[in-house]
Amino acid sequence: MSSRHGSAMRLKALVRKEFLQIVRDPSSIAIAFLMPLFLLLLFGYGVSLDADHVPVAFVAEQPSADSRDFESSLRGSHYFAVSPLRTMPEAEQALREGTVNAIVRLRANFTEQLRRADGAPIQVIVNGVDANTARLTLGYLEGAWGNWLARRAEASGRALNVPVQMEQRIWFNSEMKSRDFLVPGLVAIIMTLIGALLTALVMAREWERGTLEALLVTPASMSEILLGKIVAYFVLGTGGMLLTVALAVWQFGVPLRGSFWLLWVCASLFLLAALGMGLTISTLARNQFVAGQIAIVGTFLPAFLLSGFIFDIDSMPLAIQAFTHVVVARYFVSIVQTLFLAGDVWAIVLPNALALLLMALFFLGVTWRKSRKRLE
Amino acid sequence: MPSDLAPILVADRLAKAFVAGQQRIRALDAVSFAVAPGSITGLIGPDGAGKTTLMRLTAGLLVPDAGTIHVFGLDATRDALTVQASLGYMPQRFGLYEDLTAQENLDLYADLQGVPKGERANRYAELMHMTGLQPFVNRLAGRMSGGMKQKLGLACTLVRPPRLLLLDEPTVGVDPVSRRELWEILDHLVTGAGMSVLLSTAYLDEAERCQDVVLLHEGRLLDRGDPGEMSARLTGRTWAVAAPERCRRRLQMTLARIPGVIDAIVHGDAVRVVTAMEGFPPALATLPEMADSEATPVPPRFEDIFVDMLSRHATAAHVPAIPHDTPAHDGAPVIRVADLVRKFGDFRAVDGISFDVRRGEIFGLLGANGAGKSTTFRMLCGLLPASSGHLEVAGHDLRHSAATARERIGYMSQKFSQYANLSVRQNLDFFASAYGLAGAERTQRIAWAEEEFDLGRYHDHLAGDLPLGYKQRLAMACALMHGPDILFLDEPTSGVDPLARREFWQRINTLALSGVTVLVTTHFMEEAEYCDRLVIMASGRILSLGEPATIKAAARSPEQPHPSMEDAFIKLVEDAA
Amino acid sequence: MRSMLTRVLALLLKEFLALFKDPKSRSVLIGPPLIQLIVFGYAATFELKNIPYAIYNEDRGAISRRLEAAFAGAPSFHRVATISAAGEITPLIDSREALLVIHIGQRFSDRLLSSDYAAVQSPLQVLIDGRNSNTAMLAMNYVRSIVDDFNREWMTERGLPSLPARLESRAWFNPNLESRWFFVPGIIGMLALIATILVTAMTVAREREEGTFDQLLVTPLRPGEILLGKALPGFLIGLAQGTVILLITVLWFGVPLRGSVPALYCGLALFLLSGVGAGLLISSLAVTQQQALLGAFLFMVPAIILSGFATPIANMPPFVQAVTYLDPLRYFMTILRKVFLEGAGFDVLASQLWPMAAIGAATLALAGWLFRHRMN
Repeated sequence: MSSRHGSAMRLKALVRKEFLQIVRDPSSIAIAFLMPLFLLLLFGYGVSLDADHVPVAFVAEQPSADSRDFESSLRGSHYFAVSPLRTMPEAEQALREGTVNAIVRLRANFTEQLRRADGAPIQVIVNGVDANTARLTLGYLEGAWGNWLARRAEASGRALNVPVQMEQRIWFNSEMKSRDFLVPGLVAIIMTLIGALLTALVMAREWERGTLEALLVTPASMSEILLGKIVAYFVLGTGGMLLTVALAVWQFGVPLRGSFWLLWVCASLFLLAALGMGLTISTLARNQFVAGQIAIVGTFLPAFLLSGFIFDIDSMPLAIQAFTHVVVARYFVSIVQTLFLAGDVWAIVLPNALALLLMALFFLGVTWRKSRKRLE
Repeated sequence: MPSDLAPILVADRLAKAFVAGQQRIRALDAVSFAVAPGSITGLIGPDGAGKTTLMRLTAGLLVPDAGTIHVFGLDATRDALTVQASLGYMPQRFGLYEDLTAQENLDLYADLQGVPKGERANRYAELMHMTGLQPFVNRLAGRMSGGMKQKLGLACTLVRPPRLLLLDEPTVGVDPVSRRELWEILDHLVTGAGMSVLLSTAYLDEAERCQDVVLLHEGRLLDRGDPGEMSARLTGRTWAVAAPERCRRRLQMTLARIPGVIDAIVHGDAVRVVTAMEGFPPALATLPEMADSEATPVPPRFEDIFVDMLSRHATAAHVPAIPHDTPAHDGAPVIRVADLVRKFGDFRAVDGISFDVRRGEIFGLLGANGAGKSTTFRMLCGLLPASSGHLEVAGHDLRHSAATARERIGYMSQKFSQYANLSVRQNLDFFASAYGLAGAERTQRIAWAEEEFDLGRYHDHLAGDLPLGYKQRLAMACALMHGPDILFLDEPTSGVDPLARREFWQRINTLALSGVTVLVTTHFMEEAEYCDRLVIMASGRILSLGEPATIKAAARSPEQPHPSMEDAFIKLVEDAA
Repeated sequence: MRSMLTRVLALLLKEFLALFKDPKSRSVLIGPPLIQLIVFGYAATFELKNIPYAIYNEDRGAISRRLEAAFAGAPSFHRVATISAAGEITPLIDSREALLVIHIGQRFSDRLLSSDYAAVQSPLQVLIDGRNSNTAMLAMNYVRSIVDDFNREWMTERGLPSLPARLESRAWFNPNLESRWFFVPGIIGMLALIATILVTAMTVAREREEGTFDQLLVTPLRPGEILLGKALPGFLIGLAQGTVILLITVLWFGVPLRGSVPALYCGLALFLLSGVGAGLLISSLAVTQQQALLGAFLFMVPAIILSGFATPIANMPPFVQAVTYLDPLRYFMTILRKVFLEGAGFDVLASQLWPMAAIGAATLALAGWLFRHRMN
């Protein structure tokens, strides 16, 4: 029998073994299929930055046609849930109690002030505790105010007299749904979980249970043993990716504008890098507890926080920005967000895919070099 | 035997050290020996002797710090791949994939070893026939008993017949019946297939089944050679002193502390004595305790030679004093078990057993893995509630006042179970407080424990870094901290060397003499001899209950006029099946 | 009674010794909290500090230069390109080099110089990358405020009547809308939860794995005492870690602490109680440390996501909002922010305190029950 034939047979046997183990071990299944599902639903539904129906107190100190007009323009926007209140102390109380997030106040002489040269002030108070929501609320209010002015001008027969008139065009996500950018990023998170965490755990398990010692004295080389793991978990990771993409498109209605096959190729590169990280971790830590710790702190948390998945990398301090360049997920998050929402933008895909390739080669190379057929 | 052929394995001044914690441990220290082809060579020694390190060096899995090891004339370190190709290695916990069935494990190793598909059917049939696993091929390896796992592991290792078979403690945790079967398989492989076997074991009686033994202790080679010839050196120095049951233990203790006696242990209805010189010393014969006893010469065993060698190296063990005021054994039962049942789902792990244990008695629970002895033991300690039946410990019904009962018991488990990252003193402090000791009593008991178990010098060491013998002492000190009436010991001596085991049993004897009741489980059949009475369990039921001599007597047959406890055990289990 | 106290104290002392002597558990208590404090203190921000933009100015007049200068002077804006042809816009946005492009039309100056602006149609076009909807929304608000300022200045200079109404906005509790004031107090709750859960969830599993649990069970310690001995370390460590982070929040990050400190600690204590209860629940179910770690992970991730720590609960769909009522961290998050920023005391917080007490009582009772019954 040729040595190549023997090698193929050994590899096949190792891959089959991995699959049997995955299928029979409930904790692998849990991490590979239930965890992605759970995380996807949790994040898909639990994490949203779209402030909708923000509760706003509307105080018109002296109701008039103008104040009612302004109120109705607020009510017309789905961004606000307006509760009209009589007096400021009432409204301030509501703001303190948290029943409203903002107060819009029209003073008693609002109608009169509208006709004055310096215009009528509309007082807005927001609860600044949640700074992001406060900013968004202010933005929405400005929008509503601008619309109201334009409508008013139109009704009086003249266009609104503003020097610079702004016109915004939002590309890729015109409805500004945060889910559309969060859910694609989850593909990266979930593949990190399967690729790095699960692989680190199963390799550590082989050390812990002494099964690796028995494998090491068979003619199977270390590369074959590693390749067996890579093939099996590559398939599993691809399964996780397909599941996530399917849910993203059909459950959460995120558009996939780029090519699915390009996504597949990039995901495969990312998966190889993640598997490389998982295997590297397991050469450092030979017990599951430590491997799990390193995998969570070293791969999962960075993928979560430092990849641009939620937080804008450009706004981080420079030192942290520099650090994000070694976070593998960063490159993939950029690719998925683009492929889902923008399409096949080669200027994004190519450099990031190249970075993924280099990182995959690096981590697999480290594993290759570090793992000798020895116990020490 | 073709022992004149070139040796199949040659170790030359092999050395290997590891760093554990802050200490550097010499696992192997300049060990040289050779293994002849076509034989079983035993690597004998207690835990920490360096057996596993030697096995791994042979398999090319470790690199020696100094010295060389050659297998089939090749350097096992440099040519590891070539050596591994003709080697079968079964590590201590063989790498069976527990989520895979027996057949799937076999297939995996057949593929990895490159066994051609055409040859498999015959090979599998042969292996399954040899191991008797045919009916279980589709069972998950994780659902098998310890003995079945070892046999399956062996089958996987043998799926492509190797020239040299390395077995690292293949009989640990295996019941006597499976142990006997494993040895039959090995004999068959060597005589039938001409294979060479290097096997490590901590069981000294297994040494006698090897053609050649290598005796290791704390990384050093003590001796090597033919086990029969080695024991023969003690001819004329081994004796059995018959004594009636009630004074046997006191006699053994008296004998053990007399100069010129290397070893004295209770064995059946006599005390076995190894003397330093040939001939029974006249000084012994005149002892008052010997008044109604007589010494007869007996053939030496391998354990005798090991103890003889170790006692020359070791410093004198700390021997506890014999208590003077022996409380009267009123024979009142302190543990009562009646119709005890424990079910796990539909499975009856313990199936209606009854026995009593009397005050001051050493009572043994013997059985194979899965016989229900651990389950019984855990119920007696209050760790597991009974499904039905009556259970009374120290006058307390465990159903109602478990906590009160626990104040009267001490417990020492099989695994080292003190807090490994706490110091010796912190462990003692904690257990003293956990047993509710306070003030002067507490100070006095901790001082007693440090003195009695010679723990003073390890005062600030982490418990996990202690040598094995001292770990065991610490465990015992913690269990005895509150002066319990009943002591529960779960396989207390597995892995320790024979000297430490003797010291341990000395203490147990002393305790029993002072009125403490001792309940012990063990799979060392010879330790059953130390018990006053014992039960043998299988499949959750009691097969036999009585004194060791009675149980052995029941197994007497024309073919076996002097059955050992192991023979008796196997006969009982086979008769029951 | 006294002997019970001795026993519990001994157990407590032992737990602490074991915890701090074990490098593994030490690393769990120190490493991840430190990383998260740094990441959330510095990296997690929804403020945009560095908006890369490009200008496509077809007007080139002095007035349009003035608008360009307004952007150049804004600290958050960073110009990456100047475009001279419309075809250059797409590659810039696609490749994420620029987040937005400001397009100044040919007749921009004409419009501003004309007496009736409406006569000249030349809007200022802002094209923005919507892949990250939150970033896009915020950047748009920044642009709008620059344009509004420009308009106001322009009209004042030329003595033109201003718009009939203007927004006068301010924010309560966090006048500069700093994200850090929002995130950092929340870290106290999050990290105290992680420490407490890990400590309590792992302790029993570790003793089970190391075989010391049986040894503990055969001592006269009653199940209740063991439970107490296992619960207290997690509680005390959570309290200590909470206090350390509280001090860092105030002294290092400079977040104002305006409300009642006793009320805050009362909330922390009740919160830790429910954390300890959840930890003990995991503990009584997990056999190995790995299972305990997985259980802790499965509890903590949803607890943090659904607490409103990073994204507001109000943005979640109603059924997810209903689930958040079971999350003790939700209540403590509210307490933290109300005490720190809004200056709340007991009177305001009662509605947040009792649900935590109820959750704590329920989980502790369940854990105690399971603890007794798991022995079979």
